Amino acid sequence: MSPRMVPAAADRAGRTDRPLAITVDGAPVSGIEGQSIAGVLLGAGRLSWRRGPSGPRGVFCGIGACFDCLVTVNGEPDVRACRRTAREGDAVLTRERE
Amino acid sequence: MTRVVVIGAGPAGLAAAEHALRAGATVTVLDEAERPGGQYHRMLPRAYAARSQHRLQHGWRAFDRRQRRVREHPRCTFSARTSVWALEPRADLPPLVHLLRGAADAAGGRAVLDPDALVLATGAHDRVLPFPGWDLPGVFTAGAAQALAKGERVLVGERAVVCGTGPFLLPVAASLLEAGGRVPAVLEANPAATLLRGWAARGWELVPQAGKAIELAGYATGQLRHRTPYRTGRAVVEARGDGRVEEVVSARLRPDWSPVPGTEQVLPVDAVCVGHGFSPRLELPVAAGCALDRGEFVLVDGDQRTSVAGVYAAGEITGVAGAPAAATEGAVAGWVAGGGDPAGITRLRRRRDRGRAFAARLARAHPTGSGWPGWLRPDTVLCRCEGTDYRTLRRALERPARSGARAVRLGTRAGLGPCQGRICGPTVAELTARSGGEVCTVHHRPIAQPIRLADLAGTPEKERDR
Repeated sequence: MSPRMVPAAADRAGRTDRPLAITVDGAPVSGIEGQSIAGVLLGAGRLSWRRGPSGPRGVFCGIGACFDCLVTVNGEPDVRACRRTAREGDAVLTRERE
Repeated sequence: MTRVVVIGAGPAGLAAAEHALRAGATVTVLDEAERPGGQYHRMLPRAYAARSQHRLQHGWRAFDRRQRRVREHPRCTFSARTSVWALEPRADLPPLVHLLRGAADAAGGRAVLDPDALVLATGAHDRVLPFPGWDLPGVFTAGAAQALAKGERVLVGERAVVCGTGPFLLPVAASLLEAGGRVPAVLEANPAATLLRGWAARGWELVPQAGKAIELAGYATGQLRHRTPYRTGRAVVEARGDGRVEEVVSARLRPDWSPVPGTEQVLPVDAVCVGHGFSPRLELPVAAGCALDRGEFVLVDGDQRTSVAGVYAAGEITGVAGAPAAATEGAVAGWVAGGGDPAGITRLRRRRDRGRAFAARLARAHPTGSGWPGWLRPDTVLCRCEGTDYRTLRRALERPARSGARAVRLGTRAGLGPCQGRICGPTVAELTARSGGEVCTVHHRPIAQPIRLADLAGTPEKERDR
């Protein structure tokens, strides 16, 4: 099974979703406004998006300490996906670490 | 008028800001997140337009009142999405604060502040001890799982085991259940006898912390009780799966945390949420030159003063005791930093002292055992960034001529990756100390947050507090 969003209709927090579209390695991925890029990727069911020295990596610490979740956003490398808020149209590149 | 800069807008930082304002100071609060609250009161993004955020938060109303009072105060500048990448020490004055504003890890937005007093309230992140498979996708820190559930409404897995040590495991499990997941077990590594000794000793001391104790007891007797077994003296000793977590192996632990052979159990899960206590975020205190208490926490006096003139510290960086104790420390720090008379807050200081006693109790009830390397294998990764395994570190430590902290770092690369030893540092330091090697201070990072070279080369905007 995969990570997922709590469905808005069932969310006790009473949120109002505004959809948001980004691309990940060129493919469209949808999320909601306000999410982090890591949140969009996890919400779309993706658990990993980077190759670390011992295997695939995604989110580990979730608060910007571990640097496991790095992506390139609109050409800017080494952005922590858990800390960067996704913006409409963001072009995200995942990568293998050289 | 005293210009106070507060770094961090969690429970400690917000209380510091409020009390510095009350003392008459001009206050600037800096925080990395879009909204105040820190990790404990992590708020949903504004764009979610959530009508009932209070349902996800413990103590929401008091927190919400405080954050509004601070942000809306005419003498307060609340600077969200701001990270401090360096503190520049000065003689007899608090350090200059170098910051970056704007989207995380983006170029631009460099500025510098020149405070009369500085309150450090940078908090902590989860400490995680390594185990075979902890680098598989699907293994999260307990804090990450909670931050995603509470702060973004993302559930990390349908069936998540919560493990490690400390009372914090309970609210994490509760957050996962609330978000619609299943938690087959919460595994506390310490045996029941250790927990009882730690929690029951000098029980009268708990009375002033009753709010926190009731909050924790509520998890044990409330929604968790019927759905999730809480097992003590047991830990996840391996995570397995093909490219992601599919199952974990747990084992019974002796009181020193060495696994008991033959007690292994396999549990199918799609997520592991693990936390072995907390690592205080000490890079800014160390950059400011603050003395540490046994190398672990920032040393403070009865007024929350550090060893550096004009620099105060509050919250988890001075000792881990949870949000209410952190807020009380913040209140003392803010009041004194803002020029308030320390004699006017005797009750607050007494409350702060009880918070410190609570921190000591937590540490006694949930110690980190010494036998955990018993679950490591030679090929278990210790440094997630560089892939350094246990075998490589042991070999480096066995060669006395090259077991100096610097030689070990350069020879094994442990701690040299992008996280700069934030995750593996405590592990490597502990293993090094046990083999009799020299341990370096793992918190010295002159550049505390990544900064683009173009920004480093440019001239910062010089700001005076408004």
